[in-house]
Amino acid sequence: MDKAVGDLATAVAGIADGMTVMIGGFGGAGSPIELIHALIDRFLATGHPRDLTVINNNAGNGHVGLAALIEAGMVKKLICSFPRSADPVVFTELYLAGKIELELVPQGTLAERIRAGGAGIPAFYTPTSYGTDLAKGKPVAEFDGRPYVQERWLKADVALVKAETGDRHGNLTYRAAARNFNALMCMAATETVVQVSRIVPAGGIDPETVITPGIFVQKVVEVANAQQEEDLNRANAVYPGVA
Amino acid sequence: MTLVLAIPKLTNNQIAWRAAQDIQDGAYVNLGIGFPEKVAQYQPPGREAIFHTENGILNFGEAPQQGEEDWDLINAGKKAVTLKPGSAFFHHADSFAMVRGGHLDVAILGAYEVAENGDLANWSTGPKGVPAVGGAMDLVHGAKRVAVITDHVTKDGKPKLLKRCTLPLTGVACVTRVYTSLAVIDIEGGHFVLREKLPSLSLEELQAVTGAELHVTGPVADLIVPEL
Repeated sequence: MDKAVGDLATAVAGIADGMTVMIGGFGGAGSPIELIHALIDRFLATGHPRDLTVINNNAGNGHVGLAALIEAGMVKKLICSFPRSADPVVFTELYLAGKIELELVPQGTLAERIRAGGAGIPAFYTPTSYGTDLAKGKPVAEFDGRPYVQERWLKADVALVKAETGDRHGNLTYRAAARNFNALMCMAATETVVQVSRIVPAGGIDPETVITPGIFVQKVVEVANAQQEEDLNRANAVYPGVA
Repeated sequence: MTLVLAIPKLTNNQIAWRAAQDIQDGAYVNLGIGFPEKVAQYQPPGREAIFHTENGILNFGEAPQQGEEDWDLINAGKKAVTLKPGSAFFHHADSFAMVRGGHLDVAILGAYEVAENGDLANWSTGPKGVPAVGGAMDLVHGAKRVAVITDHVTKDGKPKLLKRCTLPLTGVACVTRVYTSLAVIDIEGGHFVLREKLPSLSLEELQAVTGAELHVTGPVADLIVPEL
C-alpha cells in the first residue's frame, strides 16, 4: 500500500465540474494553499473544474488560496460560518453582485455536520440556532424539556487537507491549531487528498500520536516548506499573479 | 433634542476588569473575539483560569512579540497567540463538544442587544452586507454561565438592555448576567435584576437608560472598579 502521489497536479486530478469540495483550515491555519493553487492551475489550463460547491469555515482572505479559487470563477456556492476576514473583497463583491451562493452555518454546527457525514449519521439535533433566522425551515424537537434544531450531515466528493506528517498508509499528524476542520473533513469525503510537510515510511509515525488514521485518507502529497496564507497576504501576494 | 446624561461610566477596560473578578480559580472560559478578549488581562492574582478558543486550543496565552508569530497558533479572531504550560490542541468537533456539552464554566460575549428574558442579539445588524455568524450561536448554549459585557447604551444613547431584542437573535433566553458601563445585572425569571450600580448613579437615572424594568430583590452593591 502506498498512498503517496508524486505531484500536486496528480493529487487534485479527481476533482471534476460540479463537485462538492471540502477545504480544511481555519483562516490561514491548516489551509492547503498548494493543493488549492494546483486546482487553479488546472482550471486556467483546461477550463475545469468549475461550478464547485466549497465547504470551508471562511470565504478566503486576500487574493491567494481559497480567495484565489473564488476569484478565478470556479466556485458557485460556499458553505461556511464566517465569510469575513481582514481582506474579504473577492467573496464580498461576488456575493453582493449575486454571483455566488452562500449557505451560512454556525461554526459548531458546521463541524458537527461534517463529523456526522464522516460517521454515517444522517442528521442530529443541536441547541445551536434554535429560535434564530438560521433555524428557519428546519425541524425542531423537544428532548428533556428543551427545544433542539435538526441538522443534516455534510459530505463531499473530495476533501483537500493540510497535515504535518503523513506516512504511506495515510496516517496523519497535525501541527498546533492547524488541525481544526482538517481532521473532520478527512472522514467526510469520498476522496481525501492531503498535503503534508513530510512523508515518512509506514512505521515512521508513533501510532500513539496518529490523529487521523489512514483509513480516512486516499492520497498524500509532500509539500515541504508549505506557504502560510497570512504570510502571503502580508506580502500582498496574488495568485496566479501577473505572468 | 437628545438628552445626554452627564454621568460617569466605566471604560471598556473597567467593564472587563469587573467581569474578570467573577471568574473562579480553575474555571474553563471562552471569551468572544474583540472586546471580551480584554477580560483575560484582569485575572485576579492567585487564580488560574483556562481559556478556550473555538479553533482548537485550551490554555493559550497572550500575543507573541511582533515577528515571533506562528500562524498555526492563532485564536478564533485569527490573531497570533502563545501557549501556556498545560495547553492542548483538538479538532473543531471536540472544540464545540466542549461548548455545547456543558463543559465550559463561563462564556463572556459582546452584545448589540440583550432582552430581559435573556435573549441575545450579537451577530447581525440586519440584512445588509455579507452575513457572518462564526461560533456566536454555539457559544450561547452549553456554558454554565453566559455573561455579556457591553456599554449600557448604544453610541447614540439608546438602551441596549430591552424588553425584546429588535435585531436578529443569536440565542433565546441564554444570557445569565450582564456587565455594563453602569451596572451589573442578572437575568432571573425573565427579569433584569439589579445587583450593582455606579454609586454616583441613582436607580431612577439607571432605569431611564434601560429599556426594561430593573427589579431590585435584595441589596444593590456599589460598583467600584479601580482606575485602569
